[in-house]
Amino acid sequence: MKRFHLTLLVMALLITSLSVVYYKASVLGFPLQPAQTVDNWVVEARVAFQPTGGALTARLSIPHDPPGYGILDENFISRGYGLTTTQEGENREAHWTTRSPSGPQVLYYRATIYELQSNTPEDVPYPGPVSVPDYGEPYRSAAMALLDNVRDRSADITSFASVLVSELNAPTPSENAALFIERGASDVDKVRTMISLLAGARIPARMVHGITLTDWAREASPVTWLEVHNTREWVPMNPHNGTSGYPNNFLVWWHGDTQPLNLDRANRPEISFAVTRNIHDAIDVAEQRAQLMDSKLVEFSLFGLPVQTQNMYRVLLMVPIGALIIVLLRNIVGIQTFGTFMPVLIALSFRETQLLGGVVLFTLIVSLGLAIRFYLEHLKLLLVPRLAAVVIVVVMLMAGISILSHNLGIEQGLSLALFPMVILAMTIERMSLVWEEHSPVDAIKQGLGSLAVAAVSYLFMINRSLEHLIFVFPELLLIVLALTLLLGRYTGYRLTELVRFRALKGQ
Amino acid sequence: MGRWFITPGELRRLGVLGMNARNGAYIARYNKRSNYPLVDDKLETKRLALDAGIAVPELYGVIETQQQIKRLAKMLEGHEDFVIKPAHGAGGDGILVITGRMADSFRRANGKLMDLEGVAHHAANILSGMYSLGGQPDKAMVEYRVQFDPLFEKVSFQGVPDIRTVVYRGYPVMAMVRLPTREADGKANLHQGAVGAGVDMGTGETLTGVWHNRIAKQHPDTGAPIAGIPIPDWDKLLELAARCHDLTDLGYLGVDVVLDRDQGPLILELNARPGLAIQIANGEGLAHRIAQVDDHLQARGEAEDATARSRWAQERFAVKG
Repeated sequence: MKRFHLTLLVMALLITSLSVVYYKASVLGFPLQPAQTVDNWVVEARVAFQPTGGALTARLSIPHDPPGYGILDENFISRGYGLTTTQEGENREAHWTTRSPSGPQVLYYRATIYELQSNTPEDVPYPGPVSVPDYGEPYRSAAMALLDNVRDRSADITSFASVLVSELNAPTPSENAALFIERGASDVDKVRTMISLLAGARIPARMVHGITLTDWAREASPVTWLEVHNTREWVPMNPHNGTSGYPNNFLVWWHGDTQPLNLDRANRPEISFAVTRNIHDAIDVAEQRAQLMDSKLVEFSLFGLPVQTQNMYRVLLMVPIGALIIVLLRNIVGIQTFGTFMPVLIALSFRETQLLGGVVLFTLIVSLGLAIRFYLEHLKLLLVPRLAAVVIVVVMLMAGISILSHNLGIEQGLSLALFPMVILAMTIERMSLVWEEHSPVDAIKQGLGSLAVAAVSYLFMINRSLEHLIFVFPELLLIVLALTLLLGRYTGYRLTELVRFRALKGQ
Repeated sequence: MGRWFITPGELRRLGVLGMNARNGAYIARYNKRSNYPLVDDKLETKRLALDAGIAVPELYGVIETQQQIKRLAKMLEGHEDFVIKPAHGAGGDGILVITGRMADSFRRANGKLMDLEGVAHHAANILSGMYSLGGQPDKAMVEYRVQFDPLFEKVSFQGVPDIRTVVYRGYPVMAMVRLPTREADGKANLHQGAVGAGVDMGTGETLTGVWHNRIAKQHPDTGAPIAGIPIPDWDKLLELAARCHDLTDLGYLGVDVVLDRDQGPLILELNARPGLAIQIANGEGLAHRIAQVDDHLQARGEAEDATARSRWAQERFAVKG
């Protein structure tokens, strides 16, 4: 029954921990590796115009839920303008208004966007079949013949559109198709023709405009693309060859056969787009994303704490790892230490001194302290005053070693101040007791054992990947807890017992 | 040969109990924490034993406060030899054995002299909790120094040999004699270098010994053979150990008995966490014997008295037929 209970508890801990980690890593995008960066881009639209006098309105289409990308941050640089953003049909627009502008005006829209890991396009309700436009003769007959021909060669809406697009782009188009092709037509004109022809087959289609995200593009010109609704979703399609999908690194900016910029009481509009690539710490991106998603999980997390406190917890959260190491080394390996968790505290102070420096300093302080402790023994002091005396001496020794090593130019001696002196004093006291009551060999053995355990826990506790994992996913500590609980039921032999009981060999 | 370790398989075959199994499977299961004070406080143990009519070393006095240390000289008056020990000591730590007086000084078991101030300081250390479990303030007991039976004289160096019996659910399952050595400073603690000798549960005769985890046929200081020494009144001693279970209700108990020249077997102390070295001394693990006790108890279904229990154990666990 007890066993079953423990198994259940351990399973519950593991499942909770792993599912939270999975959610944070895959949905919120928290990085599993330290210093992981994600690509993001800063895209910018620069709008310039000449006011013609009177209250002015500038309307700019801005990205809204672009497929494959998320918007981390947006800002609008527009001094002296009132700003509202509204949803106009399929597009989102920024409205800048001002009463009396003078001279040439420049406005900026700037957004930081990042690539989404999973790209699941949202289901868009089918707008319903469109009505057949009145082409007028001879276009009507040609269009119907072309569409019949295309229909024969296609299976569904997507392939229909695809065949139609390639037909219109063919080097030697059929007679019917040739009627709709203009030499030197712009992409916008081409896509417009395609939409109109698709309407002849009652297929809803639309124009999209976007920019290509490249490393450094001071002047990114918008690219026009075709989208066809296949009754489930909008399928992007290359207007040049009919293949479906967007180009690589394509940010959809606005939809429809419209200009991105509309001005009231201004002329000479100019619009230009620019792209800059930006490397961001993946944690920042995940955090901002979680904020946008209104995730309580992150709001109530360590990232919500002040930075100093965060740094403290970076260290503190490693203590459970140290504790697990202690459990392993004591109960599975069977190394003896002074005090149960003293080695973890020593390991914490090794973080500042580095391993070698820490071991040397620890040995130095403990041996000097032991010498003083043996001297104090002669004075026949009571326990608490003697312990206090050892603490005082340890502090003085620490200060002395720091000063000495500083003058010798060994800077590691300075971090000695971080050694837990009370723990050191207790260690010295216990070691001297073992020394006298048992034997110097026992005392040194246990001292070395403590040092070895401290060194091993230190090596685990400074592991950057581990530290990062635990700090970003503190729920992993539940796994540490589960392991510790499991080890708590381990009744097998310790490794050192295999040596201890060797005399029984061959009995 | 040549291997410096034993495989877990061999250990399992021998039924050797590891530290984790002892703590997790037996001590945690059969020793109720509320009963620990009965054995951790040696004064309490003494009182229990006396109430039950079990012989213990006579208590000369107890020092509970620093003030009482001033009256130490008076307390010691008329006692040529004595032992001062912490009531909550662990592992034999903090025990001061005075074997005699010399002018104003006291002679320790190791022959060194100590003045009254030294003895008082030792008592003060005990009071401040230096030797107690967890550093709790403690009491110092002054008691009769056991005049040990000459039986083990040839295989002991100073100090008092004692007989450790492990009692499982009231049944004595294994025993060993712990023989002090020069290295152990007259203490009967195996990990301090004392020799442990297994005991035939049937006859009470010593088997080969173990010293520093190695088989020892002779005492390292005296050179006398360890095996074949018969412990007198062995059945009475086993019964005594079995009765200690009734005192404390601890299912996994170590009973330390000394043989006094004049007073016979005396209970020195009880231990709720007896060590595992007894298995090395006996060349056999505890687990198989423990399993037999479990089977026996299950088959019987009802409790037996201490005499019956020790008799059963004596028959069942005899080494020589």
